[in-house]
Amino acid sequence: MKNKIKVLRAEHNMTQAELAIKVQVSRQTINAIEKGKFDPSLPLAFKISRLFKLPIESIFFDR
Amino acid sequence: MKTEQSEWRTSTKKNTRHLGYWAAAWVVSMAVASFGHIYFWKDNTVLTILFIAINTAIGVGMILMNRKYNNNLDEMQRKVSMDAMAVALGVGIVGGLSYSLLDQANVIAFHADISHLVMLIGLTYIIAIFVGTNRYK
Repeated sequence: MKNKIKVLRAEHNMTQAELAIKVQVSRQTINAIEKGKFDPSLPLAFKISRLFKLPIESIFFDR
Repeated sequence: MKTEQSEWRTSTKKNTRHLGYWAAAWVVSMAVASFGHIYFWKDNTVLTILFIAINTAIGVGMILMNRKYNNNLDEMQRKVSMDAMAVALGVGIVGGLSYSLLDQANVIAFHADISHLVMLIGLTYIIAIFVGTNRYK
């Protein structure tokens, strides 16, 4: 699953470590999600969407 | 929110440290239960049973701590850990039974010892954690 977390992070001037702390996961998990190597659970996707104040479908999308 | 975030990090570190303490205590109690009757209390059955019971109790504590540790991991770390445990369990069962059959058929010159199986499971788990972690880098 693709996503635009990296772009959103850049727009919010946020590092992977800062995002990881905010959504209570490790930095490695954020990195894997950004690279499309790991698909987040629905609760984690909701946390990320709430943080960036965007609907889930505008952050995550099928390849 | 800020407190919750730092609480998760703190509890993850605390659980890792506590799991280390439990594992160390279990290894020490295992050594005492294994060698105590040889070097310290010379065939005192009551003491031997007591230290085996202590070792078992600490083992149960370690299992519960490991469960708590796994439950506190984030979802990707938990997936890596669960995959590694599945591989280690599978290798332990298949490898252990094959090893036992080799011993029964007198194909291997030495006696199949349970410690070899424990080492196999431990090494398999470590390698599987390493492979799993690298897969998501």
